[in-house]
Amino acid sequence: MESTTVKAALVDALRAAATILPEDVVSALLDARERETSPLGAAQLDAILENVKIARNGGIPMCQDTGIQTFFVRAGVDSPFLAEIRGWLTGAVIEATAEIPLRPNTVNPLTGENPGDNTGAFMPYINWELVEGSEIEITVLPKGGGSENMSALYMLPPGVGLKGIKKKIVEHVVSAGGKPCPPTIVGVGIGGGADIAMKLGKRAVLREIGSRHPEPDVARLEAELLGLINATGVGPMGVGGATTSLAVHIEYAYRHPASLPLGILIQCWADRRARVRLTADGAIEVS
Amino acid sequence: MERKIDLPIDEAGVRELRMGDILYLTGSIFTARDEAHLLMLEAHDSGQALPFDPSRMALFHCGPVIAGSDPDWRVIAAGPTTSIRMELFEDRFLEAFRPRIVIGKGGMAEKTQAALERVGAVYAHYTGGAGALAAGRISRVEGVHWLDRLGMPEAVWIFSVKEFGPLLVTMDSVGGNLYGELDKEISENLKGVLERIEGSD
Repeated sequence: MESTTVKAALVDALRAAATILPEDVVSALLDARERETSPLGAAQLDAILENVKIARNGGIPMCQDTGIQTFFVRAGVDSPFLAEIRGWLTGAVIEATAEIPLRPNTVNPLTGENPGDNTGAFMPYINWELVEGSEIEITVLPKGGGSENMSALYMLPPGVGLKGIKKKIVEHVVSAGGKPCPPTIVGVGIGGGADIAMKLGKRAVLREIGSRHPEPDVARLEAELLGLINATGVGPMGVGGATTSLAVHIEYAYRHPASLPLGILIQCWADRRARVRLTADGAIEVS
Repeated sequence: MERKIDLPIDEAGVRELRMGDILYLTGSIFTARDEAHLLMLEAHDSGQALPFDPSRMALFHCGPVIAGSDPDWRVIAAGPTTSIRMELFEDRFLEAFRPRIVIGKGGMAEKTQAALERVGAVYAHYTGGAGALAAGRISRVEGVHWLDRLGMPEAVWIFSVKEFGPLLVTMDSVGGNLYGELDKEISENLKGVLERIEGSD
């Protein structure tokens, strides 16, 4: 297996993520534009859609904040390449930063030092999930700072129940206003523990727009929350309008009787993702 | 109302702009974030002349991604940064340098609103994240100041722009403030939504 080939595929994926907005997001933005009754909100959506087109046609990043490169790896335990993944990902990030180019965004939180190549302690960050089989699936999520700043963890008293969860989510999205660059995707993690709720929320962000949770009750809750959020009128970029969020995605874990963790992860309209699949015989596919 | 504006614009011209207007600017604009605001104010306070005339340009809260080298700069992406950070000193900045249009994201607060009214200037919101769209409307980098001292995102970049926009006037020089109006409306909506949740099964 040529490590340069895998690295090149990963750089391609990073480029695709930075420059091409996934189809499901584009089509959700087009639907939102169709529905928008506020001329101010509509003008924001027009600007976003034109920006997306320019970025794709020119092969340039759609936003100057090209994010923190975050990877989700579903690693088949029988893959012969497990030990090499981290090195490949780090190398690809360094190369992509210089080539695309990406903004050098990783900064030492204690000294302010910026290595200039989007690496550093724990960076790029890798979320590992071990699965059966020999295939490796790598998803990159370049996460922007503006929307990440609007993410939050609430440790709710379990007594507030489902109503309390719904209220907190809507209140939180309203309080974030235009700051996370709406229309957003709201990833919600419920239960587990503090860290688990946040992780589940971020994983929920990764889901395609239009996908629904496999459990009908949770799927209904997702649709209900989206309706409630959009009824507040925050609108595109917070200038007022019908679409504040494009989707609400929920993941849950069982909780401790005393705890009701609620993780709310906000993703800006630039919901950038790309995927690389690597089979045991070395075949690579970028999507 | 949609307006195409050639810069520079004078005080009388900018006082005609109203909250809700959508602007497309042609002319020169300069970028300044936190550090550049401080540095320019220091220069002003110590009586030093600036190497450019900010009163003839629009001020853009932006930390761009730029490739190439002097003088062949290439603007890769140049969307707005969050403006509220500049609230600390924007009123003094407006008094000192009189840019007539401030471009940014997310709006500003009372001190800046008062300065806009006093000086005769507007704040215009630019779509967050629209870095490629913005770069496409920048025809040329006219120059850069304090690049060595401040680094790429914080330096003052002077761009020639053509129909730079759409920029939405959200704070005008006669007290119009979209954020104040929206806050009232959204709070009212939120109240209704919370009642709906409370009343549901």
